[in-house]
Amino acid sequence: MTPSSKQPYRAKSHGALNHARTVRFTFDGKPYEGLEGDTLASALLANGVHLMGRSFKYHRPRGVMSAGVEEPSALIGISRDKSNSGARVQPNVRASVQEIYDGMNAVSQNRFPSLNFDLGAVNSLLAPFFAAGFYYKTFMWPRKAWDKVYEPFIRRAAGLGESPTETDPDRYANRFEHCDVLIIGGGAAGLMAAKTAAAKKQRIILCDENPSLGGWLLADSDVTIDGKSGTQWVKDTVAELQANENVRLLTRTTGFGYFQQNMVGLVERVTDHLAQPDMDLPRERMWQVRADKVVIAQGAIERHLVFADNDRPGIVLAGAAQKWLNQFGVTVGNNVGVFTACDTAYAAAFDLYEAGTHIAVIVDQRATVDQALLEQANELGIRVMPNAGVVGVTGKLRINGIKVKTASGSEETIEVDALITSAGWTPSLHLYSQSRGKPIWDEASQRFLPGQSPQACVSIGACNGTNDLATTFAEAAKATGGRAPKLEIENDVSLAGGTIGMASESAETGKAFVDFQNDVTAKDIKLAVREGMHSIEHVKRYTTNGMATDQGKLSNMHGLSIAAKMLDKPVPEVGLTTFRAPYTPTTFGSFVAHARGTLFDPSRKTPIHEWAQENGAEFEPVSLWQRAWYFPRPGEDMHEAVDRECRTVRTSAGVFDASTLGKIEVVGPDAAAFMNIMYTNGWDKLKPGRAKYGIMCREDGFIYDDGVVGKLSDTRFHVTTTTGGAPRVLNHMEDYLQTEFPDMQVWLTSTTEQWATIAVQGPKAREIIQPLVTGADISAEKFPHMSVVECQVCGVPARLFRISFTGELGFEINVPADYGRAVWEAIWERAEPAGACAYGTETMHVLRAEKGYIIVGQDTDGTVTPHDAGLSWAVAKSKPDFVGKRGLQRPDLTASGRRQLVGLKTSDPKKVVQEGAQIVADPEQAIPMKMIGFVTSSYWSGTLERSIAMAVLEDGFARMGETLYIPMEDEVIEVEVEGTVFYDPSGEKING
Amino acid sequence: MLLIHCPYCKDDRPELEFSNAGEAHIVRPTNMSDISDTEFEAMFFMRDNPKGIALERWRHAHGCGRFFNVARNTVSDKFLKVYKAGEPRPSDAEIEELLK
Amino acid sequence: MKKFNVFSLARETMRGHTGWGKQWRNPEPKKQYDVIIVGAGGHGLGTAYYLAREHGIKNIAVLEKGWLGGGNTGRNTTIIRSNYLYDESAGLFDHSLKLWETLSQELNYNVMFSQRGVMMLAHNVHDVQSAQRHINANRLNGVDNEWLTPQQAKEYCPPLNISKDSRYPVMGAALQRRGGVARHDAVAWGYARQASDMGVDIIQNCEVTGINRAPSGEVTGVETTKGTIGAKQVGVVASGHTSILMEMAGVRMPLESFPLQALVSEPVKPIFPCVTMSNAVHAYISQSDKGELVIGGGTDSYVSYSQTGSMHMLQEVLDSIIELYPIFNRLKMLRTWGGVVDVTPDRSPILGKTPVKGLYVNCGWGTGGFKATPGSANVFAHTIAKDEPHKINAGFNLDRFRTGRLIDEAAAAAVAH
Repeated sequence: MTPSSKQPYRAKSHGALNHARTVRFTFDGKPYEGLEGDTLASALLANGVHLMGRSFKYHRPRGVMSAGVEEPSALIGISRDKSNSGARVQPNVRASVQEIYDGMNAVSQNRFPSLNFDLGAVNSLLAPFFAAGFYYKTFMWPRKAWDKVYEPFIRRAAGLGESPTETDPDRYANRFEHCDVLIIGGGAAGLMAAKTAAAKKQRIILCDENPSLGGWLLADSDVTIDGKSGTQWVKDTVAELQANENVRLLTRTTGFGYFQQNMVGLVERVTDHLAQPDMDLPRERMWQVRADKVVIAQGAIERHLVFADNDRPGIVLAGAAQKWLNQFGVTVGNNVGVFTACDTAYAAAFDLYEAGTHIAVIVDQRATVDQALLEQANELGIRVMPNAGVVGVTGKLRINGIKVKTASGSEETIEVDALITSAGWTPSLHLYSQSRGKPIWDEASQRFLPGQSPQACVSIGACNGTNDLATTFAEAAKATGGRAPKLEIENDVSLAGGTIGMASESAETGKAFVDFQNDVTAKDIKLAVREGMHSIEHVKRYTTNGMATDQGKLSNMHGLSIAAKMLDKPVPEVGLTTFRAPYTPTTFGSFVAHARGTLFDPSRKTPIHEWAQENGAEFEPVSLWQRAWYFPRPGEDMHEAVDRECRTVRTSAGVFDASTLGKIEVVGPDAAAFMNIMYTNGWDKLKPGRAKYGIMCREDGFIYDDGVVGKLSDTRFHVTTTTGGAPRVLNHMEDYLQTEFPDMQVWLTSTTEQWATIAVQGPKAREIIQPLVTGADISAEKFPHMSVVECQVCGVPARLFRISFTGELGFEINVPADYGRAVWEAIWERAEPAGACAYGTETMHVLRAEKGYIIVGQDTDGTVTPHDAGLSWAVAKSKPDFVGKRGLQRPDLTASGRRQLVGLKTSDPKKVVQEGAQIVADPEQAIPMKMIGFVTSSYWSGTLERSIAMAVLEDGFARMGETLYIPMEDEVIEVEVEGTVFYDPSGEKING
Repeated sequence: MLLIHCPYCKDDRPELEFSNAGEAHIVRPTNMSDISDTEFEAMFFMRDNPKGIALERWRHAHGCGRFFNVARNTVSDKFLKVYKAGEPRPSDAEIEELLK
Repeated sequence: MKKFNVFSLARETMRGHTGWGKQWRNPEPKKQYDVIIVGAGGHGLGTAYYLAREHGIKNIAVLEKGWLGGGNTGRNTTIIRSNYLYDESAGLFDHSLKLWETLSQELNYNVMFSQRGVMMLAHNVHDVQSAQRHINANRLNGVDNEWLTPQQAKEYCPPLNISKDSRYPVMGAALQRRGGVARHDAVAWGYARQASDMGVDIIQNCEVTGINRAPSGEVTGVETTKGTIGAKQVGVVASGHTSILMEMAGVRMPLESFPLQALVSEPVKPIFPCVTMSNAVHAYISQSDKGELVIGGGTDSYVSYSQTGSMHMLQEVLDSIIELYPIFNRLKMLRTWGGVVDVTPDRSPILGKTPVKGLYVNCGWGTGGFKATPGSANVFAHTIAKDEPHKINAGFNLDRFRTGRLIDEAAAAAVAH
């Protein structure tokens, strides 16, 4: 049998697809053929396949129910890579909207071993146990069994499809866009809105989730607009819009989220329908659109009817059947029954009849049916049973008959191979509600309708509860401030009517599903209400109604109605669950777009970064920066490299890239006064050409940042900050300058990236740099420790500091960033022959710790005051005010017993304690132990041939010489409290 | 993402260019050293945190760098008034009016 | 109240579950109670439960402006752990964790507490130091927390990307094996059912509009949309809305309320066995028993009560998740939601007495209050019953903002360098 003959349900007379353009695909490994433009559902239906999935809890066999995004049942997995590598695996794809392409590999989900024979269906037998809330009442005995038995069992049953197991190789794009009018939905309403807005020369974006614009007009074979068929009117209108340069039409594009101030998120599916996508194309493109006005034309979603076994494959929504027929040329069966509570299902039935399908019966729940419809059915010889209901079906993997309760109360079984149903149409309030508009209950039509949104948006057409085309057109024109053209509309079918809740109370015996995917039945809803769940939110959470991947698009109104009836309350008093973004499930990748890997966060690199890379440096991330960590020589590990670097600096010299230090230029007549406010130190007495270590607090008195500040003139300071602190320090300064001291004549400029900073430290530092410096005398006498001078280094304008973060003779050379590498290399050319090394942050840390210099953020943590850190000398006593002064006077900050920064000497000098290790006085005490401090910094000091550590310790300053203990997992380390200066306590080395 | 009007740039710009800087009109006393612990607590920690109109500070951090004040409805997140730092706090009557 | 056990389940299964009664009563308020709890979330309902169970105070009303469990209790990502740094925090959260371990049995309600482990990732040297500080402090406080190498972290959580080439490579992780997740609604429902059975009136759709005080200052009751209700003791447990309620009693609070969003993916078969969190790459994630990946991140930066958040916050949290777990890029966001969290200056809760006699407050849990539910409720009940804090919550007083004795869990995670 050739594949084409496998499309027995393809109606040649109907549909817009080209029968010559065939597409081959597989479903569960079996090859099928469909037509270009088919959805997976329409193609499978053309092949007579209804069974497409299994439900979540009971593993009931399920067919496709709808032809749209509301699909609860036909969820399949698609694997894009031939090798099934696990990278391009897409779970939970709705067969009702996924277009087929040549070579598509689709598989059903949540079944084992196969869709037709699923062992999980045993759950169905246990269904009497699995009522709503079941889990809360059981699995508690014995207690231990929850972890070991019950939960693992429940978890294994969880989920639908399989997650990918490898990194997604596809690309995603992200765009921002602005427009005058954003129209969401390209059906009759949206197209007319675009047409009238376009006439006013407005910039328009119109998006629609479907591959083609036209919405319901594409599925309606009867309606005419000005004598044209609906499809022709769509074609003409789209052509007109396409020709307009102010109009952007986006198909396969879902408006998924309505955010603040008319920001709407759209996601465009670019390649999922293509067999061989161009690798240059993103798979999806996210549009973040800011619109002056948003027109919501999302349409309405048809509801199913709630009756026993209403989930059997072969039962579909009437509108879906009509769409499959008129758009795709597919009939859902050869002998179709109809069960309805509104008029639109008649149109579907008549179209199917015309395509050659036998209509077994139309069962209408309503007692009174429109006379014209009855006459038309009569003319076609179709039996109509008003005031009747379907109360059950026969057939499991596919229905083969329906049980009808007639108006007289008798029961009749009628043979069918498919049943189309309609409980009426639910206006889509999703985006309106997301715009924070309140849904308004309309008692007459038993629907929630949109009201006035607080944002600049308007709902038109079916999503506004409008049932006919003429009114829809008028609303569309009004929405965009234009005038509707006068159009003759004929054969329009009203969306009015319908029902919510149980279709027929006699149907209580079987499983009447409200929510298909989550297997929530009418009984479950009633049980929840009986157990005291009186708010719809409680009912929803207790039963999981509306929480499946379709988010209750079919089930919410039914669930609400059933609960309201039980409670004998009006529907709005029971509540409507809030609509939240996204409208339909939206790929993570489309949010993330390019922000992956190296583009996840920017990497800041210094001008000397590449030199370090070329010279074998390892790097560490510090805030956004990549800093050279250490420079291992062949065969060296980190410890050995750092040991060597430390020794070299102490005995010869080292060159260090300090460019990441934050730098702020503080300029103006009031610069010193401003510094007096921002830093704890006094700045009045500092002479130009001198530098000073400064501490910055917040108002609460805790250390916020620190750094060396050079005074270049009476009106100019060169302020340095910690590497990570630069942005917040500048913000902090700007805050005070702009809002507390706006009258001060001071200007602040971030110069972090303008200067490259090269530290040369060690006894040979002067000898190395001296020949390169012009315009300044840097001799020991003329350029003492804590000096700054503007001069030239290698002929480049420079700010040269004599400062030390190592305890050795040291200089920091600031040159314009563009010259950074050249100056570094010139220094290196002199340094290397002198026996100096390049060193990284780890060596910098060890060297500064040997001298007891703190690192803000490591030795302080936001609870440490300058006094706690032993820096009282840097807190001016005489200044009337500085930020932090008052905070420092608070009771707890002046109380005894504060944790203070000390040094620790381990009894075993070889023992390096762990940073973060906790200190106790009595290691024998029981847990919980009284901890009196912790280690903030700890290193092996090659120079001192012993470990060194700094710690914050309760009353630390008073504990010098005391023996304390660090209880680790497998040992107790004995330490003695000492001062924090381990190396060169007299400070002689600083002078070389 | 909020759309915020910078009164210095005189333009509506996306929230990503701004940073929120907390409650507005908390004045740092000129006699900081003399205030009591309770006054310090009130200034540094206590906040109105209103459900309704919040007067708050924003900084156009990735723009002109200026701090400014706004009146924003914390229920709808709508900006009702934008004014420069240093301009007076809107009167209660004006806030009433903005809430309408 | 019908007890849930094997026999009642079997009996009800036989008769189609028609015999289950209401899990809680729906009473109208009385004129006077001994204690009024404002807010029927997990913390509030739990407080009522422990007042009735442990302190014999049963004449209690729990007032809820919406539906019980509808605030942050029902809107969070349900992470439970106790590996906090400071002694006070470890004491409070571990008290809570211990109560979680037997809560299903205590309440005769399966709260599905799943101790699958909470792993906190370290991405730089400072993270490592901070994690070690936590681990050491936790060990000496009797709280489990252990260090994992990147490879061990990957074994514990196979989807984790530990490539050295990633922007923030994983340098290790701190794992608390006793941590995990629970079913949030069940906690509120379980407490409500037991409290109601002991006589506590849970009054839903009853908004408190005023707090009444005698001329001498002490609390006399509350004004509500269902009329005046008297009580000499009022406990405010209204996460997100604390400032507004406390202002009714003239008490200004050190709180700001920020929007916090969370999201879930479509359900997939089990792929993520634990909970992980990261501060540097800010996001947290676990997989629910239904198969959804449950994901959260940071708050928006401004005060808001809108219970919605920004699109770019969703992007930020997903950027982080995909950086850490790139295999999830093709999964789909199914549902997002927002809550309002009140945040204190030191990121630790306030749990105790107030300057107003008879008025107590439980607030400031920021983004992490769910884990504390039983412990917080338990010691808050003690505080109300004895009119003085339990030693576990003594440090979490309102006074600390005056004295400066903060419990600064935020500062302890300060960024280095």
